[in-house]
Amino acid sequence: MLNILWPIFIIISIIYAFISGNIANINNSIFESTESAINVTITLLGMTCLWSGIMEIASKTKIIDFFAKVLHPVIRFLFPNINSDSKSYDNIMMNIIANILGLGNAATPLGLKAMNELQKENKNKDVLSDNMMMLIVLNTASLQIIPTTIIALRSSLGSSNPTMIIFPVWVSTICAAIVGIIFTKIIIKYTRN
Amino acid sequence: MNIINYISIIVIPLVILIIAFRGLKEKISVFDIFIKGATDGLEITLKIFPTLVGLFVAIGMLRSSGILEFITELISPILVMLRFPAEIVPLALLRPISGSASMAIATEIIKQSGVDSFIGILAAVIMGSTETTLYTIAVYSSSVKIKNTRGVIFAALAADLTGIIVSLLIVNLVPVLFLPFSP
Repeated sequence: MLNILWPIFIIISIIYAFISGNIANINNSIFESTESAINVTITLLGMTCLWSGIMEIASKTKIIDFFAKVLHPVIRFLFPNINSDSKSYDNIMMNIIANILGLGNAATPLGLKAMNELQKENKNKDVLSDNMMMLIVLNTASLQIIPTTIIALRSSLGSSNPTMIIFPVWVSTICAAIVGIIFTKIIIKYTRN
Repeated sequence: MNIINYISIIVIPLVILIIAFRGLKEKISVFDIFIKGATDGLEITLKIFPTLVGLFVAIGMLRSSGILEFITELISPILVMLRFPAEIVPLALLRPISGSASMAIATEIIKQSGVDSFIGILAAVIMGSTETTLYTIAVYSSSVKIKNTRGVIFAALAADLTGIIVSLLIVNLVPVLFLPFSP
């Protein structure tokens, strides 16, 4: 995917900047972008280490068995060919819980950890497995109970009722997630060799 | 509002508290296990760093070249014909590509249109119900060196599109469900 998108993004940007005389902006943005990649990585590094460590503890306790039982039907439906004793099962579960609780900083590290475990079970290491596809789509669906960031933004801009958006966000998120899951199931079916 | 603020403040400490407490109670070597997991975390983050550099540079070019504004102007008339509000078009286009850019644009839209206006609420609902699709797919796939993503982007974009359309429909119902929009 990025083998095509990445060069296209760069080529159209630079050509357009030449035509419109914005080339100085592009030049500056190159330096700014590498710098912000470093900043994001440093933030992510601390968070990923912390949550990988916390998750490792959780997976050794009985907490994980409790959630495994509660979420079993949902995970069975979304990830039909996953082994419920595997480490990837625990990681997927913790990722879903972190997403729902709105632990944005924890959800990505836990998701990456789940990808790591799923790759160990993956037969073709160059291609996304069915379970990886479903995990990615769930993580693009923004499944949180309370959209805290956007409520904070509304509050800071002086809304008379900042939390009013919660219900519309739920409806919209759920519809988006359902469509995402259906499409993923269809794509999985037609791209399986 | 205060309750929701409070919940979002206590949830992370609470999760860590429960896990640390259970670990101690079940007599496992909590810190050794933590270090083992944290070491995995180090490796995972280092693996995605090259992806972030590549992605940020390309997205930075898209933003700074002005081509996004050009594309917005190009397709705005079509979307407006479909009764999609013109103010929201740049947000809808940028949302799947860049998290920080779409947040900046959403903030700008909300400021200009009013936080409790139709457009202001719509921008907030779109931000709350969608994610930075391209970033998520790139980071997740590259963390395990996947080359073929099997068209997962189409499923994710279909979800984003649904999120945006449903946001538009539901925000139209806001005056019926809650309060009338303020000007």
